[in-house]
Amino acid sequence: MGRKLLLEHINVPGINTFDVYRSKGGYASVEKALKTMSPDAVVEEVKKSGLRGRGGAGFPTGMKWSFLAKPEGVARYLVCNADESEPGTFKDRYLMTYIPHLLIEGMITSSFALGANTSFIYVRGEMMPQIRILEKAIAEAKAKGFLGKNILGSGYDLELYVQPGGGAYICGEETALLESLEGKRGNPRIKPPFPAIAGLYGCPTVVNNVESIAAVVPIINEGGDEYAKLGIGRSTGTKLISAGGNLKKPGVYEIDLGLPVEEFLYSDEYCGGIANGKRLKAVVAGGSSVPILPANLILKTINNEPRLMSYESLADGGFVTGTMMGSGGFIAYDEDACIVRNTWNFARFYHHESCGQCSPCREGTGWMEKVLHRLEYGHGKQSDMDLLVDISKKIEGNTICPLGDAAAWPVASAIRHFRDEFEWHVTNASEAVSRNYGLAHYADPLPTPEPVAG
Amino acid sequence: MLKVEDTQVPVDFSPELISKFDDIVSRYPQGKQKSGLLPILHLVQAEFGWVSVPAMDKVATYLEILPIEVYEVASFYSMYFLRPQGKYVLEVCRTSGCCLVGAEKIMDHIEQKLGVKEGEVTADGLFSWRGVECLAACGFGPVLQIGPEYTFYENLTNDSVDKLIGDLTAKAKN
Ligand SMILES: Cc1cc2nc3c(=O)[nH]c(=O)nc-3n(C[C@H](O)[C@H](O)[C@H](O)COP(=O)(O)O)c2cc1C
Ligand code: SF4
Ligand code: FES
Repeated sequence: MGRKLLLEHINVPGINTFDVYRSKGGYASVEKALKTMSPDAVVEEVKKSGLRGRGGAGFPTGMKWSFLAKPEGVARYLVCNADESEPGTFKDRYLMTYIPHLLIEGMITSSFALGANTSFIYVRGEMMPQIRILEKAIAEAKAKGFLGKNILGSGYDLELYVQPGGGAYICGEETALLESLEGKRGNPRIKPPFPAIAGLYGCPTVVNNVESIAAVVPIINEGGDEYAKLGIGRSTGTKLISAGGNLKKPGVYEIDLGLPVEEFLYSDEYCGGIANGKRLKAVVAGGSSVPILPANLILKTINNEPRLMSYESLADGGFVTGTMMGSGGFIAYDEDACIVRNTWNFARFYHHESCGQCSPCREGTGWMEKVLHRLEYGHGKQSDMDLLVDISKKIEGNTICPLGDAAAWPVASAIRHFRDEFEWHVTNASEAVSRNYGLAHYADPLPTPEPVAG
Repeated sequence: MLKVEDTQVPVDFSPELISKFDDIVSRYPQGKQKSGLLPILHLVQAEFGWVSVPAMDKVATYLEILPIEVYEVASFYSMYFLRPQGKYVLEVCRTSGCCLVGAEKIMDHIEQKLGVKEGEVTADGLFSWRGVECLAACGFGPVLQIGPEYTFYENLTNDSVDKLIGDLTAKAKN
């Protein structure tokens, strides 16, 4: 069994209160950092840990922190990205609900490292219960002298605020988030300049995911080198995986990076296999934006090696036979799931969530939704699959922010791996409409992965 | 479409509401009070059930920004209602993860039970419902939320939905 760094105490009664959290060693990282370390030393530990951003892109956190500009007399900001809206992902909400002080502690230690005196946690507006939980935790920490002026007598001041969003997936994109925090529509900014140079109110800003900030706590407590011993290769440490879909035991799991996918899916310690005795058909491994893989390719790579839960192994095979770690939103599809309907569902999502600034994304997502709708509802044409791939290629890489790519990949990968099922929806339209599932791509008995044409 | 006369009913912000606005605005640096717009719109909606044009105009005056700056934000984000809704708006997640465990059937059931289509209000003014995108609880689906507190209900079944609607109806009548 892997070590738990973030969720170790999640089942302790009252862990959501300051006193219980503190009695379990909580806020030790704040004491250690503020009393015995310089801000740069904290950054150095995070660099050594090899921690990679848990929000989706996997960019090394320590490196991002070291890019922060530090002009004299200009405020710097740390903004925590708690917009969690990527379909399939529900770890941040879980963490904030049950162990809010872990995030508050991480925010204090990280803000100190960056020299920020005002920090924000931008929480998606729908999470009002979590906003109330965080505000209560902040008030408790402040009453105990861990926030406010001259924290623990160190001379360091920090105010921490929770900011609600208004319901828009795009505000998870860091520059859209900053626009939103400034009271505007969530339109992503053109980069450069990056937030590290000009972010919130034009000041140097770091935006980090909830889980990345929380991971700073064990990193400072135990040291970056210790953290880096966990995991595999450049995928260091532990990762929260949100496991949903047709699983026996859906939920949030903290895994050591490098755990075999097969063990994660089937062992009783984790997901416990597919629900209702069904067979696995497909997996979306990192939230809706990453390529979907058929069962055989999620369990083994094209070279017939066991696929691991790590940034590198999930990406093995590129977009032809691999996928991405993304945000760790792991959705399992059983044999009854209809890939066409699911792809339409995703396309509708991206169309709904496009901010509308760039025409390839605004128009392309709309077209993909329309074409997939007609395929799902029995009016598709054989040429539609090529049309969809063509639209996806015209979006990919031609937009201001990565939402365009995120909309294109699920469609392109579904057609790449399940083209027969799309074709079947055209040739057997009435059957496809009446029975809500497609063709089989089952994993057991495990077939040898076949090479897939790019 | 929203009828113009619906939007012209004047609104009054109570001193308590204004003091909540003041508290929000105090979080931001001098001159950056516009940052308070999204939280303030949530407070307005919690108070009045939706965000009307006169309410938005008042918010603009309060924040010392143009009315259009409020309209464009209120219309961009999905949580703000620009027309009156039922007292309870049942918002069901309609995204992939929840669909795998029966969200579409739950929405069909709600539609039947309430007798109104998505976005419409029941005759007694108590309920409306709509599908919304992933609510970050995919492992506990199907899920729904109800504002303005955004109370959350997980692992929905037809029975639990019936009970919820029954409880809310009883609560509203007391
Ligand atoms: C469309 C879109 C949505 C995103 N949504 C989120 C999100 O909900 N939460 C998050 O932490 N990062 C999200 N990101 C990634 C952020 O832009 C950013 O990379 C991340 O917050 C950085 O934090 P990290 O380095 O700690 O991962 C999203 C990116 C895009 C393009
Ligand atoms: S890619 Fe889409 S979401 Fe991103 S800026 Fe362009 S239109 Fe907006
Ligand atoms: S898919 Fe319904 S909460 Fe995520």
